[in-house]
Amino acid sequence: MNTLRLIYVFFRVSVLNETAYRVNFFVQLFQSILELGTALAGLAVIFSYTQTLGGWRPNEMLALLGVYFLVGGIISLVIQPGMAALIDSVRDGTLDFTLTKPEDAQLLVSIQRVAIWSLLDLLMGMGVLITALILLGKSVGLGEAVQFIGMLLAGAVIVYSFWLILASLSFWFVRVENLLEIFQSMYQAGRWPISLYPGWLRFALTFIVPVAFATTVPAEALTGRLGGPTLLEAIGLAILLFAIARVIWRLGLRRYSGASA
Amino acid sequence: MNALREILALLHLYSQQFKTTFASMVQYRISLFIWMISQILEPLVYLIVWSTVSNSSGGSVGGYTARGFAAYYLVLMLVNQFTYTWIMWEYEYRVRQGLLSFALLKPVHPIHSDISDNLSSKIITLPILMFVAAGLALIFKPTAAFNWWAGLVFIPALILAFLVRFLIEWTLALAAFWTTRVNAINQVYFILMLFLAGQIAPLTLFPHWLQIVADILPFRWMLGFPVELLLGRLSHAQALLGLVAQFTWVIISLVLIRVIWRAGVRVYSAVGA
Repeated sequence: MNTLRLIYVFFRVSVLNETAYRVNFFVQLFQSILELGTALAGLAVIFSYTQTLGGWRPNEMLALLGVYFLVGGIISLVIQPGMAALIDSVRDGTLDFTLTKPEDAQLLVSIQRVAIWSLLDLLMGMGVLITALILLGKSVGLGEAVQFIGMLLAGAVIVYSFWLILASLSFWFVRVENLLEIFQSMYQAGRWPISLYPGWLRFALTFIVPVAFATTVPAEALTGRLGGPTLLEAIGLAILLFAIARVIWRLGLRRYSGASA
Repeated sequence: MNALREILALLHLYSQQFKTTFASMVQYRISLFIWMISQILEPLVYLIVWSTVSNSSGGSVGGYTARGFAAYYLVLMLVNQFTYTWIMWEYEYRVRQGLLSFALLKPVHPIHSDISDNLSSKIITLPILMFVAAGLALIFKPTAAFNWWAGLVFIPALILAFLVRFLIEWTLALAAFWTTRVNAINQVYFILMLFLAGQIAPLTLFPHWLQIVADILPFRWMLGFPVELLLGRLSHAQALLGLVAQFTWVIISLVLIRVIWRAGVRVYSAVGA
């Protein structure tokens, strides 16, 4: 309960901060619409030459695109800003202020900054997803819906843990912002079904940089092509990565010596 | 005599810039590595997508087989690397931080150090990317109808493509003089580039009217044209027309640069001034 209250408070502060810069809203709106338009036009070009892409029909690709924007929105809404701020505060020593607060520091660090205009990406992703669902019609049952939400949560936990692990490396190394960039540039590969890629690339996008679990797997759940093993794998990996992230975070904190100590 | 002295001075400037750029690239080798991942991944993804399409529609799409797409996108990866600039972000940073003041104090036009910085960094990145492309070629087995005259014309076409792209993007970067929201402008530019330069698909796969738009605008001449030329997909007439178009765009952008640079410097006032 307390966690939810904290999240609410931090979110409210971010909203108050950002509403001072209202023009940013329109800039973000413009950029998000352009990005979505580009993605849709790209799909249109490809599907003017084929009926299915690696077994995925246009409406199913639309669902995948929705998931891509939705998860991308979550990343740029809270995960990316929080982790970037964490790296800065370890370097400057301002993490001291967070550590003195009587709440779990990992939670505080993770929700410390919310880029609220990224909500637009998230909403747009939902819009695309709902459109895809309507077009797909009856083929999405209750089972698929439950699996989808489960896989979306697992994907979000996996991505969050992955980012936290990378950001925690800043306790040992000075420059790790670059590592975060790797995820951002590899995430674009998640716009397409992972099954399209050759084995080595599929492996890299699944286990080295877990993009597959963030986009393809939830979309597979929604379109009824998810097997039991993948489902368990995703849940298992989510729990495992979260635990590893927690351990690395703790070890890092023990190493942290503050600004002037 | 004076002209000769000026050229020698410029050569000296370029060689000094190379040393600085080289040193800073060695220093930031990890950023370099990460930046190259995205340079490789984007064409690679489209290569895979279009090969899949080609295989599922009877082995060929718009005259490209899966191996034909492999050739197209691997060459595109290299040509894109050769003509690439990052000047639009650089200028936004320079103007915002007031760094441009130092450049303006120097006795040569700042475009010279930008060109030499750009070229020097490519002396390092291009061999790495060629190595990567060779590795990918072993996996995707590209084929193309290479012919000697196209290979010969490819060299001036590539240099002109670099010039067109560099000059246009340098001009566009000057938008930073007037607005701090250049990111939105850059994004529009990159989307146009994505579709009209042949990145999202070879231009011949687009509807006819869009191909005409692409012929009129500069984007195709910065990237798609040299790629198609090297792969032997253009006739003599098309190749000649392409070179003329490239040359025209070099002239147009040189004129634009003169006009916009003068106006821009007039409105520029450094932060803290």
